[in-house]
Amino acid sequence: MSTPPERPPGAVVHADPWAELRRHTPARIALGRAGASLPTAEVLGFGLAHAQARDAVQTPLDVPRLLAALAASHWPALALASRAPDRPTYLLRPDLGRQLDPADLPLLTGAARGPCDVALVLADGLSALAVQAHAVPLLDALRGLLDPAWRIAPVCVVRQGRVAIGDDIGAALRARVVAVLIGERPGLSSPDSLGVYVTYAPRVGRSDAERNCISNVRPAGLPLADGARKLAWHLREALRLQLTGVGLKDESDIAALPAVGPPGTALEGERRD
Amino acid sequence: MRYRHTVGATVHAFADLKDLLAKASPARSGDMLAGLAARSAVERSAARLCLAELPLATFLREALVPYESDEVTRLIVDGHDASAFAAIAHLTVGDFRNWLLLDTTTPAMLAAIAPGVTPEMAAAVSKLMRNQDLVLVARKCRVVTRFRNTIGLPGRLSVRLQPNHPTDDPKGVAASILDGLLYGAGDAVIGINPVSDSPQTLLDLWLMLDELIARFEVPTQSCVLTHVTSQIAAIERGAPIDLVFQSIGGTEDTNRSFGISLALLAEARAAALSLKRGTLGDNVMYFETGQGSALSANAHHGVDQQTCEARAYAVARAYSPLLVNTVVGFIGPEYLYDGKQIIRAGLEDHFCGKLMGVPLGCDVCYTNHAEADQDDMDTLLTMLGAAGVTYIMGVPGADDVMLNYQSTSFHDALYLREVLGLRHAPEFEAWLERMQVTRDGRLRELDADHALVRGLLAVQPA
Repeated sequence: MSTPPERPPGAVVHADPWAELRRHTPARIALGRAGASLPTAEVLGFGLAHAQARDAVQTPLDVPRLLAALAASHWPALALASRAPDRPTYLLRPDLGRQLDPADLPLLTGAARGPCDVALVLADGLSALAVQAHAVPLLDALRGLLDPAWRIAPVCVVRQGRVAIGDDIGAALRARVVAVLIGERPGLSSPDSLGVYVTYAPRVGRSDAERNCISNVRPAGLPLADGARKLAWHLREALRLQLTGVGLKDESDIAALPAVGPPGTALEGERRD
Repeated sequence: MRYRHTVGATVHAFADLKDLLAKASPARSGDMLAGLAARSAVERSAARLCLAELPLATFLREALVPYESDEVTRLIVDGHDASAFAAIAHLTVGDFRNWLLLDTTTPAMLAAIAPGVTPEMAAAVSKLMRNQDLVLVARKCRVVTRFRNTIGLPGRLSVRLQPNHPTDDPKGVAASILDGLLYGAGDAVIGINPVSDSPQTLLDLWLMLDELIARFEVPTQSCVLTHVTSQIAAIERGAPIDLVFQSIGGTEDTNRSFGISLALLAEARAAALSLKRGTLGDNVMYFETGQGSALSANAHHGVDQQTCEARAYAVARAYSPLLVNTVVGFIGPEYLYDGKQIIRAGLEDHFCGKLMGVPLGCDVCYTNHAEADQDDMDTLLTMLGAAGVTYIMGVPGADDVMLNYQSTSFHDALYLREVLGLRHAPEFEAWLERMQVTRDGRLRELDADHALVRGLLAVQPA
């Protein structure tokens, strides 16, 4: 008894006999081969995915639409900008994307009602698509998990922003902890992935080793409800232990949550925004 | 001290040694971002002409980052091997390039001088070298390391099997491992970048890798690329850890931004050695680096990003690693803008690492916000293959679905083996033949009845 050959007579592509495993992973496994090389269909499919990811980087954040969605969910919000005026500058000058446009500072301090416990920042990062689609649903899922005693600052929506702009904003709002929800750089299979960075005692000059990250929040990755629970866990632990970063290990799954959490290291935090 | 070079009627002045090195560096966005790059093409050439005339010994006298305030500088200065340096002590940087290219300068001679080459010397000479020079000299450098197999022999290429999954699902990770092994990948390491840093998730991954390697007697090693403190803690709790991983940089402040110090790395290495899990050797460390990390951490001290990167290799070599790789295009366009800059940086990093005696591999890669594509990666991959790169990454279909970037695929490794006749690590090569995955080094066309296919499918996590 023998199974049929994986390459029928005349076929030019050898198929891999483990294609059933594709149900376990979005990774590009069992692609088959032509000689040692990728089959034509895979080369062209990869090219299309790359084109879509490239386009996702360039698509701007629709701020009015995002503000409308926040208003509809009863989140007080304000719109801010970084010092990077456009996408090309944003890509080449991460330092500008980390700083709040000084013109927006009065708006921010005017919105502050004294010190607060938690500041929430939504920034386009490298995928406005991610923020546009998932940020408000994530906040809505978070709402019921927040300690009612916490003072929450108005949600800050930032154009051309990077992770560290949360330090500027959190300091101006006198927040004890800041969470930045930001579009991660698009992958071939994930143009809409949201990253969440939590920083205790935000102030200019915080290093990425002082942050925790919850990555890949999107329906096909870490579901939004789980992302919200992880975020709530990190906010609670950050305020309890008075730290974030390498000193705060994600044990939220021990508290009966799915086993997905932050990479924790600075390198990835910096490189993903 | 100021350095000067006259071109025609113009005197080009450079404030100090690090200014000269930065201005001599091939153009790249990260040095421009830092405000360190040459302001014109002619200034860049003048800097190179000036640098070429500098005695190599200059780098032993003038520290780029102060000795008093930086433990990496202290490591470089205190660890310098003067007797190894003696053979090249009389050379200028320009003549160092000439000497490296001589056909009478043999692999043995290059190995002998390696402990005398500081990262600043390696970076300096690389700035005077064309891409082909970087290939030719690196090819002559031999760095061989061992844990459960032998990595870095001439004519060999190893592959890190990188089976990442967006939620660390053991079934998903295992599926990619199966895919990679059956494509003949995994002789450098099976190394997972986890999403989570939760101790239980990490332990599950270590246990799965350990069981898989043991059951199929794969002559390779495993690694879960999490923070070094998590790995030390796991070792204390009895986790079966082969290699200890850490991202490292070329200044003390960069390393602090990663949450590490040299003492912590030493502690991690001692912990890994205490497990005695290597069968052929005790190279237990795995490091990753990449140009731009120092600037990204605001910790570059006015030193150009390529020189900072070479200093990271001085950190690496102090811990006798099995593997080191530069994740060259991962960091993004603000540091390496396009395919041309990524290709250049990959070749520089590989050259500098090998010249310093470090087992350098390269994550030939790019992100979707960089001006690069698969064609650029093919160019860098092929040139690194010609340069004798120790290992490359093997990611299913070149698409890392967790880290969201494009690396090299199992197919890419097969291409390189085919074109350049590169073989696997010898122990792994013998295993592939024994398992009938390859015949005479070339992949067989496996069907569903193949014993290893069936065996691997049978042990997929429930």
